[in-house]
Amino acid sequence: MSAKRFIETVASPAPAAPAASEAGPRLHRAEPSDRPVRNPGVPLDLDVVRGIRVNRSAVERRAATIPTRRTVKKQWQAAWLLRAITLMDLTTLSGDDTPGTVRRLCAKARRPLRDDLARALGVDDLGITVAAICVYHAMVPTAVEALAGTHIPVAAVSTGFPAGLSPLEERVAEIRASVAAGAREIDVVITRAHVLTGNYEALYDEVHRFRDACGDAHMKAILATGELGTLGNVARASMVAMQAGADFIKTSTGKEGVNATLPFALVMCRMIREFHERTGYAVGFKPAGGIRSAKAALEYLYLMKDELGDRWLRADLFRFGASTLLTDIERQLEHFVTGRYAAAYRMPMP
Amino acid sequence: MTSVKEIFETMEYGPAPESDAEARKWLASHKGVFGHFIDGTWSAAGKTFEVIDPSTAAVLARVSQGTKADVDAAVAAARRALPAWKELSGHARARHLYALAREVQKHSRLLAVVESMDNGKSIRETRDLDIPLVARHFYHHAGWAQLFESEFAGYASVGVVGQIIPWNFPLLMLAWKVAPALAAGNTVILKPAEFTPLTALLFAEIAAEAGIPAGVLNIVTGDGETGKLIVDHPDVDKIAFTGSTDVGRVIRRATAGSGKKLSLELGGKSPFIVYDDADLDSVVEGVVDAIWFNQGQVCCAGSRLLVQEGIAERLIAKLRARMEKLRIGRPLDKAVDMGAIVAPVQLERIRGLVQRGVDEGATMWQPSWACPTDGYFYPPTLFTDVQPSSTIAQVEIFGPVLVTMTFRTPEESVALANNTPFGLAASVWTESINLALDIAPKIKAGVVWINSTNLFDASSGFGGYRESGFGREGGREGMWEYVKPDKVEAPTRARAKSRHGGREASAPNGSRGATRVPAINRTPKLFIGGKQTRPDQGYVRRILAPDGTPLGEVGEGNRKDIRNAVEAAHAAWKGWGKATGHLRGQILYYIAENLAARAAEFAHRIDEQTGCGHAEASREVNVAISRLFTYAAWADKYDGAVHNVPIRGVALAMNEPIGVIGIACPDERPLLGFVSLVAPAIATGNATVVIPSEPHSLSATDFYSVLETSDVPGGVVNIVTGPKDALARVLAEHDDVEAMWYFGGAEGVTMVEEASAVNMKRTWATWDTRDWLEARHGEGREFLREATQVKNIWVPYGE
Repeated sequence: MSAKRFIETVASPAPAAPAASEAGPRLHRAEPSDRPVRNPGVPLDLDVVRGIRVNRSAVERRAATIPTRRTVKKQWQAAWLLRAITLMDLTTLSGDDTPGTVRRLCAKARRPLRDDLARALGVDDLGITVAAICVYHAMVPTAVEALAGTHIPVAAVSTGFPAGLSPLEERVAEIRASVAAGAREIDVVITRAHVLTGNYEALYDEVHRFRDACGDAHMKAILATGELGTLGNVARASMVAMQAGADFIKTSTGKEGVNATLPFALVMCRMIREFHERTGYAVGFKPAGGIRSAKAALEYLYLMKDELGDRWLRADLFRFGASTLLTDIERQLEHFVTGRYAAAYRMPMP
Repeated sequence: MTSVKEIFETMEYGPAPESDAEARKWLASHKGVFGHFIDGTWSAAGKTFEVIDPSTAAVLARVSQGTKADVDAAVAAARRALPAWKELSGHARARHLYALAREVQKHSRLLAVVESMDNGKSIRETRDLDIPLVARHFYHHAGWAQLFESEFAGYASVGVVGQIIPWNFPLLMLAWKVAPALAAGNTVILKPAEFTPLTALLFAEIAAEAGIPAGVLNIVTGDGETGKLIVDHPDVDKIAFTGSTDVGRVIRRATAGSGKKLSLELGGKSPFIVYDDADLDSVVEGVVDAIWFNQGQVCCAGSRLLVQEGIAERLIAKLRARMEKLRIGRPLDKAVDMGAIVAPVQLERIRGLVQRGVDEGATMWQPSWACPTDGYFYPPTLFTDVQPSSTIAQVEIFGPVLVTMTFRTPEESVALANNTPFGLAASVWTESINLALDIAPKIKAGVVWINSTNLFDASSGFGGYRESGFGREGGREGMWEYVKPDKVEAPTRARAKSRHGGREASAPNGSRGATRVPAINRTPKLFIGGKQTRPDQGYVRRILAPDGTPLGEVGEGNRKDIRNAVEAAHAAWKGWGKATGHLRGQILYYIAENLAARAAEFAHRIDEQTGCGHAEASREVNVAISRLFTYAAWADKYDGAVHNVPIRGVALAMNEPIGVIGIACPDERPLLGFVSLVAPAIATGNATVVIPSEPHSLSATDFYSVLETSDVPGGVVNIVTGPKDALARVLAEHDDVEAMWYFGGAEGVTMVEEASAVNMKRTWATWDTRDWLEARHGEGREFLREATQVKNIWVPYGE
């Protein structure tokens, strides 16, 4: 699982789109190919956005059964947890980050699993790494340097993260600076006010400009779902962000009161499916914030597999934003290997 | 063995089996063979039959076929246990029910595993739905036991109750039956379905451990023959049955005239209605929960998908995509959506009906994956191009088979939804509160779920309209099924017969005594559709005074007159059923006012027909006036309830009129008997076809002009005079009459109850003696309950 797959870029802003969105009835139901065309964005379609209906109680009922309808045990669980490692944006977004802690994180990203565990699991030849490292702009150069020689990209949170309320020009400039510093992925935050006031034109323009500034770097649009008030708003924000060209939509900064939840994820995945059916473009999903346990990670994988399909279980279309999740996954893997319950202190800390 | 590395690439699901070790241990502790649980102890196994694990076709255990001796023993044990059990304080019974709730929770995993093995349903469902609901039911009814004396003052337990339950939710159906029965102070003989007897037997063991007194709960296993023995047993006071409409009909006929109280929860073909402003992705999950829950073997399964035409194609595409992702497999696998079909016979039925659907031209679609082949499995199945005339659109399939039809307008959706003999449940999907709350009352169903489906709770009544049965399970409305007014003495058939034998007051046409005909200048006809109408066949019958003196003549109604009256009643009900309680109250007051203006005349008429004396006749008129006031008062006060269900939302229990009610009045109290029955019926919004007192019809015919001058819309009250039992039979057999009340002799009661089985109409047929002059006998909530049915509308909310 090389992270390389998803950084294939499409130079032209208007690639041969799989279909015209105006076509209406023609829907795309086939799984995206191995190398899906990057979402170039489509014109803002307010009919689609305003036509979205989300029934909160029904969404919550469905979300509640995702962990109860599925489970994986034994080697299936081990394999799924390994996959989860490869889907992880190993993240540090703290005010007290230093080059030292970032280098430590990058070392862990290169070698997320103890060698003895990888051997015991029979996957030592796969060269398993995490999907990306996610840091603030200031730490991008350190991370790029620390990851030199790997395929692991550096993602920078940007655009006045986490609130996103600095002047638009500054936010755009921040993206350019991070890209110039070597970030190959940019996690932008949207202006929540645009969603809360129903100003979808402004939201579209903003995200579109961010996407422009990203250039070849992939853009994840953070919706800050915990601050959008309703699931309907989450759905509409998702759709506008995708129409404006987001490569990924992401739940949270990790700084909101409520971060990733299964209901948010379900609503966003349904919008990704809707967008894919309408346009043929496959957009990725990144839940972030609060995913700390291996069990929680598996629940998101069930959701992706059942709602969007196996194709969304690869790093070009799915990521976890997480910092402490990895250690719990290692513990579970060790338990699988040894049959004994494991201790966190035996896992090299990130 | 699949390696980690391979799975890492494929990301397939693997097996995730729940252990069956404890369940096997329990079966082994009985050496795999069970007798019945009677009088607190296991009987020796008799002739036994096999209990099969439908996912493997392997034999799990052998249970006994209940014989007459077994049923007799169980009924005798229940009868012996009854006095002490009903005399226990509510609080003491509450402690027992609380203990059952706790024990169910304590043994929840064992119960869930045994249930899954026995029935074939997934462990996820038994673990997360069946068993928690069982515990919830006992908790809730522990509460009703505790509150029994205060909340059911004036009522007592029915007595010994026979309960027959189906195989689709074996333990849950046991809980729905046993909890209210025990809470109200009844003792029970329960027969689980022959396919799925194991959790009932396990429950009996658990209940005994929990200290339920011997004889209070008896479990007798067996097939339909055993069930029949319970139904026919003379010492059983009530039968509660959940199962197919066909068997329900047999039970209705078998118990007719026996005096046994009866509640039936039968089949369904429930509509699942999707409007174009619904959240379609949520709709898809709703469909999964509606028809692929428990392999579609759910009486209230949303099996008819009605979709607004403009979104049908999109929704079907989404459904098919979702169906591809469903997983079917070993029921004990914790990662499957669907398990096995309960038995080969059911599998064959599903296959046969699906083939029928294909043969009739509907388009069938099933997902590309294959079912396991070693047990009884059937894949989720979707039919499109289905017309209302298709067999699969009409009959209950009781399997994972969904049929789809489209509609254009809300009005058409209601017409399609109600185009079925059933009326159990419905599901309505729209984001518009206006539409949802407009549609819900229009659907003939006992439960309506808004933007949801298959939600159940002990606090909220469940049960059907039409051929889906009568009676409710759950909540206060369900408790009424297990109590009776303690003021009315339990009648015996013998006594009722003798009463009936003495009731031969009517004289044939053209009998003797014509010489002393006094001057009569009124010739009452029939009263149909607000008009006085000549009887179809143009005959009259003579009404005599007690001494044989002819008093006058009334029209001799026949079946055509009844037919016309029912049509008029239906036409009137369209408006009357929607009229406000305020308006109905105003009209009832007005009737009272107009009756009062002619009180002397009505008293005189009663006296001359019955010879009761002027004072007694005047009293009857005055009570009738008061009674009209009572129901005028109730008309805007018979509120429903908002149930406290464990969701973010409400369940609105609405008291709805039943529709057209046929009423055969008692012979005695010619005015008051008539008013006491008609007033509650129309106060609650029903239209009526009334057969007045046969020997003393003139009080009712005099009433025509009272109705005419009181603004009662034509057709709300139709009166057909004539031979009571013959006319009552026509009404009881009429498919478009929704309920039948009969006050008379045992033969008539039997006839009405038997005849009502054709469309499973609700009956209130009794030979009980009532003192109609007494308010506690002649009016009140008992009458209002009989005149209404409860519809529970579940409204989850939240934005």
